[in-house]
Amino acid sequence: MRLISRVRSLAAGAAAIGICAFGAASPATAELDFTGKTVDFVIPFAESGGSAKWANFYAPLLSEALPGKPTVAVKYMPGAGSTKGANWFQKQKYEDGLLIFGSSGSTQFPYMLDDPRVRYEYNDWNVVLASGVGGVVYLPPEIAKKFDGDADDLGDINFIWGSQGATRLDLVPLLAWEMLGMKVEPVFGIKGRGDGRLMFERGEANIDYQTSPAYLKAVVPLVEGGKAVPMMSWGVLDANGDIVRDPTFPDMPTFKEVCEATAACQTSGDAWDAWKAFYIAGFPAQKMVFLPQGAPQEAMDTYQKAFEAILARPDFKELAAAELGIYPQLTGKQAVATLKLGTQVPAKAKSFVKNWLTERYGVKLQ
Amino acid sequence: MDLIATALPALGEAFSLILHPEQLGYLFLGVILGLSVGVFPGLGGIAGLSMVLPFLFGMDPVSGLALMVGLIAVIPTSDTFASVLMGIPGSSASQATVLDGFPLAKKGEAARALSAAFASSLFGGLLGAAVLTVFILIARPIVLAFGLPEMLMITVLGLSVVAILAGRVPLKGVAAAGLGLMVGTIGEAGAGGSLRMSTYDVPYLIDGLSLVIVGLGIFAIPEIVGLLRHDRPISSDGGLGAGWATGVRDWWRNKWLSVRCSVIGVIVGVIPGLGGAVVDWIAYGHTVQSTKDKSGFGRGDIRGVIGPESSNNAKEGGGLVPTLIFGIPGSGSMAVFLGGLGLLGYDAGPQLIQYDLDITYTIMWSLAIANVVGAGLCIMLSGPIARLTTIRFTLLAPFLFMMIAFAAFQSRQDLGDLVSLFAVGLLGIFLRRFEWSRPAFLIGFVLSRQTENFTNMAHQVAGAKFQLGLETGFSYIASPIVLVILALTVVSVIVGLRQAKQFLPEGEVGTGTKRAPLVFLLAVTAYLAVAWVDALRIDLVSDKIFPLTISSVTLACCLLLLIQMMRAPEGHGLFADKEQSGEDAHAPHGLWSTLAWFGALLLLSSLLGFILALGIFMLAFFAVRARLRWYMILLYTGAGIGLLCVMAHALNRDFPPGLLQEFVRLPWPLG
Repeated sequence: MRLISRVRSLAAGAAAIGICAFGAASPATAELDFTGKTVDFVIPFAESGGSAKWANFYAPLLSEALPGKPTVAVKYMPGAGSTKGANWFQKQKYEDGLLIFGSSGSTQFPYMLDDPRVRYEYNDWNVVLASGVGGVVYLPPEIAKKFDGDADDLGDINFIWGSQGATRLDLVPLLAWEMLGMKVEPVFGIKGRGDGRLMFERGEANIDYQTSPAYLKAVVPLVEGGKAVPMMSWGVLDANGDIVRDPTFPDMPTFKEVCEATAACQTSGDAWDAWKAFYIAGFPAQKMVFLPQGAPQEAMDTYQKAFEAILARPDFKELAAAELGIYPQLTGKQAVATLKLGTQVPAKAKSFVKNWLTERYGVKLQ
Repeated sequence: MDLIATALPALGEAFSLILHPEQLGYLFLGVILGLSVGVFPGLGGIAGLSMVLPFLFGMDPVSGLALMVGLIAVIPTSDTFASVLMGIPGSSASQATVLDGFPLAKKGEAARALSAAFASSLFGGLLGAAVLTVFILIARPIVLAFGLPEMLMITVLGLSVVAILAGRVPLKGVAAAGLGLMVGTIGEAGAGGSLRMSTYDVPYLIDGLSLVIVGLGIFAIPEIVGLLRHDRPISSDGGLGAGWATGVRDWWRNKWLSVRCSVIGVIVGVIPGLGGAVVDWIAYGHTVQSTKDKSGFGRGDIRGVIGPESSNNAKEGGGLVPTLIFGIPGSGSMAVFLGGLGLLGYDAGPQLIQYDLDITYTIMWSLAIANVVGAGLCIMLSGPIARLTTIRFTLLAPFLFMMIAFAAFQSRQDLGDLVSLFAVGLLGIFLRRFEWSRPAFLIGFVLSRQTENFTNMAHQVAGAKFQLGLETGFSYIASPIVLVILALTVVSVIVGLRQAKQFLPEGEVGTGTKRAPLVFLLAVTAYLAVAWVDALRIDLVSDKIFPLTISSVTLACCLLLLIQMMRAPEGHGLFADKEQSGEDAHAPHGLWSTLAWFGALLLLSSLLGFILALGIFMLAFFAVRARLRWYMILLYTGAGIGLLCVMAHALNRDFPPGLLQEFVRLPWPLG
């Protein structure tokens, strides 16, 4: 079995090289034609949640942009915190370009933390799109009164927070709050960030964070109704790799600004480096679209062109602002660079976070 | 008054929006799709909605909504067919319907049971839609009043139904529920992610067993295998007694029961995070408790159909409340619905009700119209479809095995689905044989994760509240809602335990020698002991406390049973064994040889892939077991596989691949 798959992958590799050579010889690269076909857009998550929303946003646009206008069907393969679907995708070999896979920060974190469930390797896959996102922390109004740009007065409040798990994307806010000297007790076991917001609304939790699309939709009405006050955003990366204010929330301080203003918090050192590394992996490089291993250049080109066409649509900004927020949607070389940012953290940051997870939350990763 | 001033014009506006040929056409299309998908067990709203999702982008919003709502609304209606006719829970919302619906079909009263179920569904659906209309304007504070302690209490109320379903020997019922709770803890813990009774080397187990598979394994497989051993139709005398008109009259006679159960359905539906799986059980428990003469329940009492079916359609209307005002889906299909809403350019949340009330109300109208049309169609069809119960069961069984295996595979699309289906089916066969309450097991399983998560989370939040002060703490854990549900739970347990002996879902089960029941009890005890040790090894308290407590209690039950068994003489109710006396003991076909057919189908699937295996299985079964003529064999096999392929193609579903597919690339549907 293994032999056969190896032969197959060798053959596919040879074919890929052949096609690349051919592609280099003739400047006009061939495009695949998907007329009458169905493209399976597999995501390793259930029907609810951010990834489903993101995939369903792109699917109809992709259907229009791909040559031959194939049907693009989103397929859900949830399980084991998205590692099940990713392990499945690892076993797939490129065949006809009718399979794409959408991963998220929740798929990247276990990979970077050497989770024992991970049997996949990002370097084998071929990225064709990278989507960023931001996040906002918000507080109940009575606690927000004590927040004046620094977290110095928040130290003796017992915060309760509904969390999906310390090894997931929730690692980023947990570490940030700890750096600010805040005592936040995570209540693990909620199924999605929407449940966390509901706990906040019920008064069971007194701090919460949401990714930007969810914040815009569900929390802004709370803010307008005087039931929540934003504390800070994670910010975005500028061209130099520095964290600056999020253009979607230009009036909110970033975590970096709050950290600088807070006595207990430093924007240098191991903790900061670790936080920044995992923030980059979790937010600016949160969601990516891949072709399976062995994908030839013509397939890569076909998808890259399609995504470029989507991003160039005159109505794209308007469509995306409502569904995804104003964040970079990258293709080609930029996507490859983002993949690196999103899946590689310095060894020091990694070991810091692993230690912290073990000591603080009793989470042991091999 | 202000409320009515806002609601009435919007209601009228919405009615005029929906009342166009185009919109109504899409609504009917949705209803037809929903009915066709819902008939197949294991396929529900998610599969149906995923099919229409690609076409929603750019559609007129009212048409798109009509299409989606029409589809969702009728699924709890049409899934009744499988529950009543075949004893297969059509979806998690109609598990309790099987308890009395299937015995009615066996008595030759399938048409009556179906039409009573559809009439109840219709009523529940309309009530749900009506409640949605008013409630959606004022529901926000009420929904927010249900915090973690309240949700935990509702879950415990659901568990308390076990008391009345426990059977002749209450200890056995409690042990069955405990075993169900323990099986529900298999896999990654909700809080800290520790593994329980599983390892990373078997990735399938990390997510635990899915509800679809446990429902099919516990109810459907034992019934199908049991029926297949007698070579005769489901309806024991082969005829159809009471017709659909009787069923509608039955519903009318029990209209107040239907009202009460619909209200239960709406309330449970409104609370986000509970999901639909508990609704039908609470409604069933209520039905049994509120009825004077309980002797018929579990053996074909029409009220056992009316109760759960009224609640499960009402739940859809109730479930739309948190979905629309908080954007938090109560179920998988609601999540897809929210996705579809986004594609149509609307987002759920307070702003939807505030600014687009007319659009919101088109959802309500669609729900109401779809329920009328769907239930009407189903009542018309119930007479002809009920004739299925008069067909020789040997001819139906291969199709049922096909549907069950396909349905199970939809849960994870993994060969592990088929293996676990077989394993759970085996457990179901033993539970049935030795008269361990299968409903109690299933309730335990269904509520296991919720009970554990809500307990852990409520405990943690309560701890923080108590730090703020004793008063804050108590007002959190002992809110009026909690106290009321607690009282209901206590009453339910006391009344239930008193009346449990009147409730015999398996009928009179004969007793035999001590050996077989004792061996089964020892096997269950051994599993629990291993699970106890496994839980003890976990480091995180949050992940170990629940399985440790439950397995300790259940082990105690098992030990008590063991002592009782040693003391009791043979012939005592403890030693119930269907194989020793009664119908099964004299069946023309053996248990194991019959089960082996199904086992062979699954084994062949793992080697050759599902479709090839199914072809071989059907040919062999019709030739050897049914002894048909060759052209009939070919006709039936072709029809079965053809139907499955058409459906799977329409829904964009795959079939289980086998070892063969690793080596050879075959075209769909073979590959």
